Amino acid sequence: MPWTRKDLLAMRDLDAAEITLLIDTAASLQEIATREIKKVPALRGKTIVNLFYEASTRTRTSFEIAGKWLSADVINFSSSGSSASKGESFVDTAKNIAAMSPDVVVVRHSAAGAAALLARELTCGVVNAGDGAHEHPTQALLDLLTIREKKGHLDGLHVAIVGDIAHSRVARSNIHGMRKLGMTVTVAGPPTLIPPFVQELGVKVAYRLEDAIRDVDVIMMLRLQHERMMAAGLIPSLREYAHYWGLTLDRLQAHARPDVLIMHPGPVNRGIEISPEVADGPYSLILDQVAKGVAVRMGVLLLLAGSKTGEAA
Amino acid sequence: MSARVTGGTALLVKNGRVIDPANGVDAVQDVLVESNTITQMDPKLPAPEGAEIVDATGKIVCPGFIDIHVHLREPGYEYKETVATGTRAAAAGGFTAVCCMANTDPVNDNRSVTDYILARARSEGVVRVHPIGAVTRGLRGEELAELAELAEAGCVAFSDDGKPVMNASLYRHAMEYVLPFGVPVISHAEDAHLTRGTSMNEGVVSTELGLDGAPAAAEDVMVARDILLAELTGAHIHIAHLSTAGAVRLVRDGKSRGVHVTAEVTPHHLVLTEDAVREYDPNTKMSPPLRTKRDTEALVEGLVDGTIDCIATDHAPHALSEKEGEFDHAAFGIVGLETAVAVLLDRLVRPGWIPLSTLVARMSSDPARLLNLPGGRLTAGAPADITILDLDAEHVVEPARFRSRSRNTPFGGWRLRGAPWMTIVGGSVVSR
Amino acid sequence: MSQPLDRFREKAQVLDEAALDRALTRIPHEILERNGGAKDLAFVGLRTRGVTLAQRLAAAIARIDGSTTLPVGALDITLYRDDLGMRGIPVVRATEIPFSIKGKAVILVDDVLFTGRTIRAALDAIIDLGRPQSVQLAILIDRGHRELPIRPDYVGKNLPTSRRESVAVRLREHDGEDRVVIEEPEEV
Repeated sequence: MPWTRKDLLAMRDLDAAEITLLIDTAASLQEIATREIKKVPALRGKTIVNLFYEASTRTRTSFEIAGKWLSADVINFSSSGSSASKGESFVDTAKNIAAMSPDVVVVRHSAAGAAALLARELTCGVVNAGDGAHEHPTQALLDLLTIREKKGHLDGLHVAIVGDIAHSRVARSNIHGMRKLGMTVTVAGPPTLIPPFVQELGVKVAYRLEDAIRDVDVIMMLRLQHERMMAAGLIPSLREYAHYWGLTLDRLQAHARPDVLIMHPGPVNRGIEISPEVADGPYSLILDQVAKGVAVRMGVLLLLAGSKTGEAA
Repeated sequence: MSARVTGGTALLVKNGRVIDPANGVDAVQDVLVESNTITQMDPKLPAPEGAEIVDATGKIVCPGFIDIHVHLREPGYEYKETVATGTRAAAAGGFTAVCCMANTDPVNDNRSVTDYILARARSEGVVRVHPIGAVTRGLRGEELAELAELAEAGCVAFSDDGKPVMNASLYRHAMEYVLPFGVPVISHAEDAHLTRGTSMNEGVVSTELGLDGAPAAAEDVMVARDILLAELTGAHIHIAHLSTAGAVRLVRDGKSRGVHVTAEVTPHHLVLTEDAVREYDPNTKMSPPLRTKRDTEALVEGLVDGTIDCIATDHAPHALSEKEGEFDHAAFGIVGLETAVAVLLDRLVRPGWIPLSTLVARMSSDPARLLNLPGGRLTAGAPADITILDLDAEHVVEPARFRSRSRNTPFGGWRLRGAPWMTIVGGSVVSR
Repeated sequence: MSQPLDRFREKAQVLDEAALDRALTRIPHEILERNGGAKDLAFVGLRTRGVTLAQRLAAAIARIDGSTTLPVGALDITLYRDDLGMRGIPVVRATEIPFSIKGKAVILVDDVLFTGRTIRAALDAIIDLGRPQSVQLAILIDRGHRELPIRPDYVGKNLPTSRRESVAVRLREHDGEDRVVIEEPEEV
């Protein structure tokens, strides 16, 4: 079945077939990274604008490489040193850029709902590269692709997501994606970092690391954004967090299955949410995730920019 | 546990009236203690060879009393009290275990202080000591203390007692954070803005005396808030030193709604009113203050019907210099370990306001249940913590003879009938 | 919005199993003859049936020549199509060419040659993957109607058709039988 949406805003909007199409497409595109000439002409002549209001070298670079490997023209816009810092509103900036006829705008913003706002205002396709604590669909897609490649399938697997669930768009996107594909999800962390009523999203909840990582196929550790934690009274200190919820080698060996896979959306706070030995250990898929990120973003850009939806064929 | 423990010898408490509410026992029985544990209870037990015999005829034999709200003042305020003197006061008062609050110096907001207190208890204490950790760092009400670590170190509850946690969002987070550890939060419920500058209850007495008073509402608004936060988070909140009729009503209502809220009351709030303050004696100044007769009646009623789960003295020692002079400037708080039992037996049990077995429950099995503490019952196999009471012992309260380092009590000179007779901790007699 | 799907019905059989087999026996001989042996040969089939045909050709060459089976790659030309924007993106399947084509004589294999656009896209893809010594084209059915200057080196059968007709190649591995038929749209 073909892709019909103008935008990719949230995993919550997609059904299982659409998610599978995205993952399958990304899987097929992986081999481009292995070529000597990493270019295919599929998006030749298309213009992609990366509109990044939040600092992010990794994700932006990933989208940039993805666009360029598909032969698109990629323009990067970051909020500092631009009209935004001169006080131009988000919507005005976007409309100005839209007036220059890009084919796809990739947006990252600290406000939840920013991508949807843009999608309503612009006629071109919009890709949500992260809107506040709401969603980060390409991250979930690359996580799913990474797991599927390692395990051969997705349904029936059990994943534990550990950390600041309350403020994590990666957690939300993964919860929706995984649930739709028949996976079991357990979220874990100190109770102050678990959002209220999260069980209604169909996940299990654990408050201790030991309980969360037993019998799961994948452990996904989230980055602790310590800038806001202590002032908001959510955790007493990084020290205590690392002591009780940090994934160390001995806790992994004591409680998790020996073949468990370790993932992290990055950037990693070594020594806080995860110890270096685990992050760099044999079951860590952290670097695989990064590689898959480019393939997933190529797939997304291809499906969004490669066909003009809304036009009669 | 302490310098006094001899242990090893058997002890036979003969012929006392055993009141053990947790096991539904109220009968004359012998209690045999061997190797620090209760081994048998029976109407007529033979004494093993070498056993010490305690003739408890005419006495009341209870599970060891537990006071869950005590200020031992160590580290930092050793001039008021220490673990050594405080636990001796507890033993003399019939208590086999105390829980000590975190407002020491340094504050018990990290495990090094908890470890210190436990070490002092092991070497100097004569009764069991269970530390209570702070909710916020330095009791400043701004950031969470390292609660998980404090729980691991052995804190049985968390409290910023002495002060309320005014920031509701922070308090809510604290309640959520401690859920997995099964350790309750104890609330000193008082709106600090409404009580600022006050030294007694707001009422006709404060008006006559020309002192600024704190209205009952200052306590009630926080009790209401804390119960609602407990309802929101599913946490166990324990309200310390209840003092108003309004608070009793709120707790009763909260319990009926299924909120996990519990409460305690001090002996002084049950028997004294604001009238005691008329002489401007700083030994009648404490927080929360002494209230009206209506409040004491509601508190007694709440204690009897179980709305108030237990008695706790809020034993708050202060040096003489801090409790003499101008009423406005005096420190808040009175000692209570060595007068609690006698005051309650004489002023509540004797006149029939509360059945003896209910009082025993509120001082032993109920506090144990609340904080998940060992003890509170006389079951075979349990540690031998026993409190023996003499309902007929007449005496006059003499502060000069207190084991506590401090003397700040309003009960000096009171003639009371009924007193603790013997206190046994882990099979060793620590007071007689 | 795509074109309304015509319903097709079989009009005539073009190749039966035996004829197909003969074609797929003759072509390997021609390949060996033209290239003076199997050295440096490599097969790249266009998804999906071109890959199956390439595998059969490679196996045949191995039998005839006595050499080990030649490498066979699978090429998906979706990313190189010139009509990508005009319809929805078809499903992209992976290109798997697990060997280097540098210096090889690449035999491109497809089932039906029509306008030549598919082969043009395939040539672009091949060039992006490396620099072969040469590219030769092996086709099972050439139905004419070229729109670009593309010509096959090896043909199973030349088959004049009208534009509205369709040529269906059925292979055992995919369709359970080996046949080639012409289909025409049903009168609606």
